[in-house]
Amino acid sequence: MEGIGDLMGGFAVVLSWQNLLYMVIGIVLGVIIGVLPGLGGANGVAILLPLTFSMSPTSAIILLSCIYWGALFGGAITSILFNIPGEPWSVATTFDGHPMAQNGRAGEALTAAFTSSFVGALFAVIVITLAAPLVASFALQFGPAEKFSVFFLAFCSFVGMGKEPPTKTIAAMMLGFALAAVGTDTVTGQLRLTFGSTELLSGFDFLIAVIGLFGIGEILLTMEEGLSFKGKASGINPTVVWQTWKELPRYWMTSLRSCLIGCWMGITPAGATPASFMSYGIAKRTSRKGDKFGTGEIEGVIAPETAAHAAGTSALLPMLSLGVPGSPTAAVLLGGLLIWGLQPGPLLFVEQKDFVWGLIASMYLGNIVGLVIVLTMVPFFAAILRVPFSIIAPIILVICAIGAYTVHNNTFDVVMMLVFGIAGYFLKKCNYPLAPLVLAIVLGDKAEEAFRQSLLISQGGLGIFFSNGLVSTIMGLGLIALFWPALSNLYGRLTPARPT
Amino acid sequence: MSHTLRRRAVAVALTAVAAGLFVTPANAWEPTRNVEFIVPAGTGGGADQMARMIQGIITKHNLMKQSVVVVNKAGGAGGEGFLDIKNSKGNPHKLVITLSNLFTTPLATGIPFSWKDLTPVAMLALDEFVLWVNADSPYKTVAELVTAMKAAPPGQFKMGGTGSKQEDQIITVALEKATGTKITYVPYKGGGEVAVQLVGKHVDMTVNNPIEAVAQWRAGKVRPLCVFDSKPLAGKEKIAGDLSWSTIPTCKSQGLDIEYLMLRGIFMPAGVPKDAVDYYVELFKKVRATPEWAQLMADGAFNQSFMTGPDYTKWVEAEEKRHRDLMKDAGFLATN
Repeated sequence: MEGIGDLMGGFAVVLSWQNLLYMVIGIVLGVIIGVLPGLGGANGVAILLPLTFSMSPTSAIILLSCIYWGALFGGAITSILFNIPGEPWSVATTFDGHPMAQNGRAGEALTAAFTSSFVGALFAVIVITLAAPLVASFALQFGPAEKFSVFFLAFCSFVGMGKEPPTKTIAAMMLGFALAAVGTDTVTGQLRLTFGSTELLSGFDFLIAVIGLFGIGEILLTMEEGLSFKGKASGINPTVVWQTWKELPRYWMTSLRSCLIGCWMGITPAGATPASFMSYGIAKRTSRKGDKFGTGEIEGVIAPETAAHAAGTSALLPMLSLGVPGSPTAAVLLGGLLIWGLQPGPLLFVEQKDFVWGLIASMYLGNIVGLVIVLTMVPFFAAILRVPFSIIAPIILVICAIGAYTVHNNTFDVVMMLVFGIAGYFLKKCNYPLAPLVLAIVLGDKAEEAFRQSLLISQGGLGIFFSNGLVSTIMGLGLIALFWPALSNLYGRLTPARPT
Repeated sequence: MSHTLRRRAVAVALTAVAAGLFVTPANAWEPTRNVEFIVPAGTGGGADQMARMIQGIITKHNLMKQSVVVVNKAGGAGGEGFLDIKNSKGNPHKLVITLSNLFTTPLATGIPFSWKDLTPVAMLALDEFVLWVNADSPYKTVAELVTAMKAAPPGQFKMGGTGSKQEDQIITVALEKATGTKITYVPYKGGGEVAVQLVGKHVDMTVNNPIEAVAQWRAGKVRPLCVFDSKPLAGKEKIAGDLSWSTIPTCKSQGLDIEYLMLRGIFMPAGVPKDAVDYYVELFKKVRATPEWAQLMADGAFNQSFMTGPDYTKWVEAEEKRHRDLMKDAGFLATN
């Protein structure tokens, strides 16, 4: 209970007009950064970091962490409206969020996304408040084998979840793994599959692939279908927020499960992206309406958004208590801490109480401020879809190109984005699912790295993946998730065929 | 803590002012647009922290009329960043901060660049390496550790390090040679992660830079055994109990004749005007005179050597040769 007293002290630090102002500025900037694909939270924070050196550390971290919250909120907007994930962790939000927008329910989807984000973040902050030291020691148990088992679970909970034939899912996933292998191999330091090209040194950036596959691919598809958003007819409805809120409590089980997945992934630290994918996959499995996922189920928006925000928030905990960032943005914030003369690590909570609890208090307030800001904007965001496609398509194209350029300040990336766009169009036409491909690009090299580090440690023995209770449990869960669709397929074949 | 630092900072500042009196202040060249500061490594690492610190110092103390923009180009073990500089011949608005990958990346991967494609500006500092073990491990000295390593089956002891065929692995190979043992080297992406893997007992030892492991040391989670330098570190400030940076013995005094320091230096593209180089040398002298810089140097127990001009070039040349020998001995040279 000491934590509560410290937290109150934290609120006292944060509740000055100046800090509240920084909070609002941070959230608004963050939303803008989240909306622009490519210019992710990490870049945004990195660009603004030097501006904060003249501030007090507490004000500075409030401003920067609010940019982070804002980016987490903002990532959902373009995913839902245009099928362009502004951030890696909002890819899973497109699966049901965009169909909802196409059905004229953009307002509902946005409200659900923002509210779920808030719930996820709030849950994670409460976990941090009450259990920070405990949670930090849990994170220490994650060596390479444990990390691999988490990635394994993420992949397994995803196999066979689409409507597409499992063979196409696996083909798409394998293509993703191949693309993820391009560039420098961390374990041997050698270049792989670059064919002597210096442009491919850093491999295929996940963001560029996503902007191309989803953003450009979607525009090409829409163009073919006659230059209009399908079923865009939705009036501006100022009460959409209240109406959606009345529905949300029904999905408390999904929310709670997603919160837990998110916190776990944020702390370990695997990050927000696997959290959102895993949460979506599990929600689809367990939901009564699971077979309708992908056609515009509100539950399919709640699950990934809750988990992503819970993970994004709890990712700050290992950064503060261990000095290991749980996400790229946390990595930049970590650099900031050092510059302000604060040493992240086990003693930060003891030596810099004002700072730590001020930050935690700002997580509570920042998310409330953020929720209010983004919710008031919902009707306006939804109204963007009323703009004729012929006007908005070129704007999206330009934003995509700028986004792809900002990732590395490299024009080659813009070309690559277009290539991915065309590839995305054909993959969709041939009914290959994009989600497993994207999942494999983003997690493929991390999973490979963890796998090979484990084998180095065990000197080649696969037994390391079942060497202790923690890793065995996660691997076991993964195997169950992997064979679940095979079993239910078998069951489905034995029962009379239904027209689908 | 801050008291001694402040005193040192004042001392540094005074030295700088004194030095400034003898330097002609008239600079013919000044940046006319934003200066791009390339970090050939990811965000959050040692080079990145230093670059962002410099950016912050320049902004805060208003040392330059134009802004500094830090850009991370980490692809190909930093090759991406160095190639960018190589291809920007004659552009005086680009700087790059180096790690040892200036030498190791072209040797290990064959990515076509060398320091000769760049203009050396200044050595800012040298980063130290310390041999760390988990605080719960029974090894209190290098001798105890080496005895245990010799008794264990080959490859049982695991060294966690940053990257592959880079500084950490070079030291590991040197360690194997010096002790006649076989160590399993496990590469990770960043130094902070390596430190935590040691705390979590997933590896047995690391050669983290001081700044990467200091937080865990202060918390009593890890134990330093020796420093890979010819003389002990300077910091006298107490960090863990009665121990300070200066109480860590050199590896040589413990029977491990290994020395390794990493360059934190600044380079520019080739073919830039000499006035521009002089401008940046002056700029970095001013940066080094600030209290923020002094604080960073103390926190990270850096070796505060500063070099410019022909001295620096000569040092870089010798260092490249040394790396070529080290990498050749370790069998890390690219085969094609």
